[in-house]
Amino acid sequence: MTSDYKIVVGLEIHVHLATKTKIFCGCELVYGDMANTHVCPVCLGMPGSLPVMNKQALEYSILTGLALNCKIAPFTKWDRKSYYYPDLPKNYQISQYDLPFSENGYIEIPAADGSTKKIGIIRAHLEEDAGKNTHTLGNFSAVDLNRAGTPLLEIVTEPDMNSPEEVGALARELQRIVRFLGVSEADMQKGHMRFEPNVNLHINRGGEIYKTPISEVKNLNSFRAIERSVAYEAHRQYEEFLDTGKTLQMGNKRTYGWDDDKQMTVLQREKEEAHDYRYFPDPDLVPVEVDEAWLNEIKSRLCELPLQMQNRFMTEYGLNDYDAGVLTADRATGMFFDDTVRQGADAKRVCNLLTQTGLKLANEKGVGVDNLGISAENLAKLAKMVDSGDVSATASTTILEEMAADGGDPMQIAESKNLIQKSDAGEIEALVDAVLAENAQAVEDAKNNPKKAKKAMGFLMGQVMQKSKGQANPKVVSQLLKQKIG
Amino acid sequence: MSTLKQLRDKIAAGERTSVDAVNSVFERIETIEPMVGAYLSLYQGQALEQARAVDDKIAEGHVIGDLAGVPIAIKDNMCTTFGATTCASKILENFHAPYNAHVVEKLLAADAVIIGKCNLDEFAMGSSTENSGLQQTKNPWDTSRVPGGSSGGSAAAVAAGLCSGALGSDTGGSIRQPASFCGVVGLKPTYGRVSRYGLVAYGSSLDQIGPLTQDVTDAALLMNVIAGHDERDSTSISEDKAPVKDYLADLETPIEDLKIATVPQLNAGADASVQKAMDAALEVYKSQGAEIIEIEMPYFDYAISAYYVIATAEASSNLARFDGVHYGYRSSDAQDYVEVYSKSRDEAFGQEVKRRIMLGTYALSSGYYDAYYLKALKVRNLIRQDFTKAFERADCLMMPVSPTTAFKIGEKTDDPLQMYLADIYTIAVNLAGVPGISIPCGFDENNLPIGLQIISGPFSEDKLLRIARMHEKETDWHLRKPEVQ
Repeated sequence: MTSDYKIVVGLEIHVHLATKTKIFCGCELVYGDMANTHVCPVCLGMPGSLPVMNKQALEYSILTGLALNCKIAPFTKWDRKSYYYPDLPKNYQISQYDLPFSENGYIEIPAADGSTKKIGIIRAHLEEDAGKNTHTLGNFSAVDLNRAGTPLLEIVTEPDMNSPEEVGALARELQRIVRFLGVSEADMQKGHMRFEPNVNLHINRGGEIYKTPISEVKNLNSFRAIERSVAYEAHRQYEEFLDTGKTLQMGNKRTYGWDDDKQMTVLQREKEEAHDYRYFPDPDLVPVEVDEAWLNEIKSRLCELPLQMQNRFMTEYGLNDYDAGVLTADRATGMFFDDTVRQGADAKRVCNLLTQTGLKLANEKGVGVDNLGISAENLAKLAKMVDSGDVSATASTTILEEMAADGGDPMQIAESKNLIQKSDAGEIEALVDAVLAENAQAVEDAKNNPKKAKKAMGFLMGQVMQKSKGQANPKVVSQLLKQKIG
Repeated sequence: MSTLKQLRDKIAAGERTSVDAVNSVFERIETIEPMVGAYLSLYQGQALEQARAVDDKIAEGHVIGDLAGVPIAIKDNMCTTFGATTCASKILENFHAPYNAHVVEKLLAADAVIIGKCNLDEFAMGSSTENSGLQQTKNPWDTSRVPGGSSGGSAAAVAAGLCSGALGSDTGGSIRQPASFCGVVGLKPTYGRVSRYGLVAYGSSLDQIGPLTQDVTDAALLMNVIAGHDERDSTSISEDKAPVKDYLADLETPIEDLKIATVPQLNAGADASVQKAMDAALEVYKSQGAEIIEIEMPYFDYAISAYYVIATAEASSNLARFDGVHYGYRSSDAQDYVEVYSKSRDEAFGQEVKRRIMLGTYALSSGYYDAYYLKALKVRNLIRQDFTKAFERADCLMMPVSPTTAFKIGEKTDDPLQMYLADIYTIAVNLAGVPGISIPCGFDENNLPIGLQIISGPFSEDKLLRIARMHEKETDWHLRKPEVQ
């Protein structure tokens, strides 16, 4: 690929909000249950039924809007978007058209060079999700309306992303943000988050910029798929441009689907002239006024956002970018780490304990590290024990596993499992002397045979450790051996 | 024939049983209903069971509801868990709602006996009940004439003594106009006073449920039962903003220094008989010390145009759900899902419903929205202001309900525009959201009833009913009953 073009990508994002109930009725939000078991006259669109706004859905949305630095509208309303489809029981979707609850924000994403990049947010609005059509019944299709009425936050970004990696970074960052805020489970596999990139190229030909027609890509259910589809589209569009010379003005926006098996985008449809959705204000719902007091109350629920926390872990605790990122993948892990360090433990030590053992244990148990049954106090205690040489790094893994299994105090566990290291020089010296006396040949090699010296030292070290039943502090043993053999 | 309240009092006092009342209404239905055709469905067995339960309650000295044991009819666009809820449309002919409308819950909680569901213009679209997709209802005063509409079945049932009182719905005059044509009392409450939950929507920002009764007292009694906040309807007014009143409490007390406004510009279009009856009604008020002032309502003339944009726009969206997919009529020869939509709707919707869906769809289409829908909303605001100004100067407005009395069946069916224009007096009231009532105020040369319309400010139904009662007390128009033949 030549580098005479720039990739330009904007994202349309849908996020399922994790409210207790649906957006306009009292039905519980449940994934994966039997079809049409979480429905009522309202979400079935029965004649005579009326929607009532779920306040929590709007508050979750506003909270997200605030986290995305958006301007929150003091007055917002609901509109009907009309189109006929079997999974849409009323044949209109309650959405927000010209007065969305928020617009004009930005999201900061980690850039390749370690800095951050701002991606503009055009608007975020709230709407109801449709149901799901399935086509597994031969001549008939079936409709499951359990999902109908799920609160759906739609976020539209500016076309500010210029590489597949940036698109992936934005997607991951947004997932982290909504999880930090606790407003969505944000599981892409379960369809909690859907990303639709709008991709085109700005091709430079002798100083003249040619813009290729825009493709919208659907069916992306992993971050990898998002990145690969953008890379594929860029390549495909470039080839197409070389082939046909088609530019934005000459072609309509087209919709492509991502085929994960073939790792390619497949043309779904050329967009006809803009669909006429016949938007108009929903007369069944009253407009919402978000006053100062309410907005402030919601603002007070904002927490430290992932990128801020990650940067703080780097500057305040000296962690590297990778570790800080791992620890801020979700808020509970970050806060647990933070709490532990605040108990006076060394940040890097705690980080190692968590990233090398803690997260693995949490994964196995299917819980967050904060729910392993280990308190921040005890974890801090363990970190200090390693640092002071009371236990070895290897032993700390065993102790941490034990703490996760049965809870308990790390010192007690270490004692009961004989994992306390002996650091008392006098006691260890006796062992060293005994070993030196018993192994004259090895001592000789270590002293005078440069070829065998290293191996002999290792052997002597092993002998001392064995004699101590593994409890001697290896640092102290090594120091004594060096002193005596010199 | 006793009124709703008279019957209620007798039953409560143990002077008459509910079973007896229900039996006698069904006896009357048996002979009269075939000539009127007010009902789309009747529930004799269930009604008698309910009546028996009420009688038992009374016999055992239990607390009883405000409407204990009285036979009530409702318009068939209100959802009930019993029977079908058809909206007089083939598309919902076999639709059984899984829930009760708010007003149905209220009626049942008040121990009313719902005896049947009444005919209407399909989806409440019409002024004569001729647009019913299921049946023709006739005016009890002259069965060759229409009962008005769209609540024609409810009005005819009350007029013919086929129930003690009824509920209708009013989007552009659908309670008041048939009340006027049938010589009964019909009240459209303020928008938001009665919950719309379970009322199959026509024009959501205009629809309102209200009573059709033999007299003003009965209307007040029914309002006591159905008015009030319902959290399931976001447009229902909260108690702290507009508390529900006891509409019977001061009903007999006349309004002191009553100031009535009339709008001379509007009267030109009314028939002479209608004009005469209205003048006579004003005299009744004058004789009680009321002052009559004449005002202008400059934007009133645009009400019909604005209404037929707003109501049809909302209807086009509200009726989109009737598509043959989830419930209701489905065409038997649809080959794919688009045909399920187009054929089901084509085969099951009537002409007028299709016309209004087309009108509304057009008005909301991109490129036309500003010129039609948005413009209509602006006109609506101006009309609202007209009313606000009027109520700064007077307690109420008085005008005819309809320019004519009941017309012949089939007389206007070929000219929908003329039919629309007949709604001139009622439509602006819905656009403004204020309450309006039609009360009997005379008869024309053909012995057809004439209605007087009284309109008052938002949430002043108590005052409106008292004003209506002032006229009723001095006249006997409401006591005349048709000889159905």
